[in-house]
Amino acid sequence: MGFIAKIACALLVALPAFGQQRYITVASTTSTEQSGLFRHLLPIFERKTGIQVRVVALGTGQALDMGKRGDADVAFVHDRAAEEKLVADGFFVERREVMYNDFIIVGPKSDPARAGGRDAVAALITLAETKMPFVSRGDKSGTHAAELRLWKEAGVDPAQGRGAWYRETGSGMGPTLNTASGMNAYALTDRGTWLSFKNRGELGIVVQGDKRLFNQYGVMLVSPAKHRHVKKAEGMALINWLTSAEGRRAIAGFKIDGEQLFFPEE
Amino acid sequence: MQEFPEILLDGRLWQIVLLSLQVSLSAVALATCAGLPLGAALAVGRFRGRDSLIVVLNALMGLPPVVVGLFVYMALSRAGPLGAFGLLFTPGAMVIAQTILILPIIAALSRQAVEDAWREYDEQLRSLGAHGLRAALTVLWDIRFSLLTSVLAGLGRASAEVGAVMIVGGNIEGVTRVMTTAIALETSKGDLPLALGLGLVLMTIVLVLNAAAYLVKEAAQRRYG
Repeated sequence: MGFIAKIACALLVALPAFGQQRYITVASTTSTEQSGLFRHLLPIFERKTGIQVRVVALGTGQALDMGKRGDADVAFVHDRAAEEKLVADGFFVERREVMYNDFIIVGPKSDPARAGGRDAVAALITLAETKMPFVSRGDKSGTHAAELRLWKEAGVDPAQGRGAWYRETGSGMGPTLNTASGMNAYALTDRGTWLSFKNRGELGIVVQGDKRLFNQYGVMLVSPAKHRHVKKAEGMALINWLTSAEGRRAIAGFKIDGEQLFFPEE
Repeated sequence: MQEFPEILLDGRLWQIVLLSLQVSLSAVALATCAGLPLGAALAVGRFRGRDSLIVVLNALMGLPPVVVGLFVYMALSRAGPLGAFGLLFTPGAMVIAQTILILPIIAALSRQAVEDAWREYDEQLRSLGAHGLRAALTVLWDIRFSLLTSVLAGLGRASAEVGAVMIVGGNIEGVTRVMTTAIALETSKGDLPLALGLGLVLMTIVLVLNAAAYLVKEAAQRRYG
């Protein structure tokens, strides 16, 4: 037993060693993490400032909630309406627009609904009329919010098709694309996740290039007035760097297969 | 044919494996220290409400990891009662969650083992003048080899669960990413071959741990009977 106890102690003692470095916690979205953007950006920022950035990747709704509770220092998300409301309510401060990319509608390459083109709203109307299977995030993420805005604009209530052609996975972009790929269904996704997604099956891009598919990312600091432990200086260092000339260059320099994924704000 | 995944090449995999072992073995150590005496006390103790306690403990073996994760998240969140410690999204939080998850398993299984042995030794121990705690500890020591199985059941649960560590750890690369959360991440990126490969690595590690435990037990049993 003495031997086992010694091992146990060694393991327990080793754990706090993870917390030595100066770090901040960033609540962000699955699209930025899973596309590989953070793995490209953060080492540059860490080398420059010595601040380690710990990213917890969730849906935008959950990420904002995490910031509201004070469990993060910075939120890096994409749901402008929700972000501005939370700034007005005093939960976040110093909101800056960092970059944008776009949403796309993916679906079977053969496009059986004939929904393809540049008009996202027209495509959704066609999909609803033909009752083609459509997979939704259904998780209050930024992408889900954008999808619901588009349905509203199309004058379609997708809840009518729930259980039939409209399927809500209640999970992240990746699992939702896995489901769409398995069902050969249509889905709205951000381009970044799509480009780095490997299990595409028969799916391809059906709609792109509509101005309404614009996807804006914002960054903001959790209010130090509401949560006194928030690492204000370190958090602001990240926000300032992301919006600096150097940060913008780094964002523009992130490419998958030669394709630029995110476009920094001018 | 896809290119060789970089996770296998740059040492990140070993960091993930090491952290998985650290977290799960720490949780097993803590849950064993608390669970074995608890199981023994329930086995030999005679008090009111004992039966209900045993039923509750047995039921808690089926605790959903997500529920444990959520519970620990609420407790450790800055807005929660233990928020001031800043433990959320650290390996420490993951150890706490897994300990809660497997404590009922180790306690309930060891309770059964001790109770069976107790029935056998009861008279003998009493004739030797051993009572209560002293007798319980004697029995625990005597059946230490069969208790190993309850501990291994706890280890199996800890190393296999993803729900709790995902919520309280946050799957932060280089800080709280463990084998199961890495598998979940690769699955959601659609890289199913890599996810499956990581799954095989995890199962191999668990197999090696169990083989090691078995060999130690066999050797000790031969030596000390």
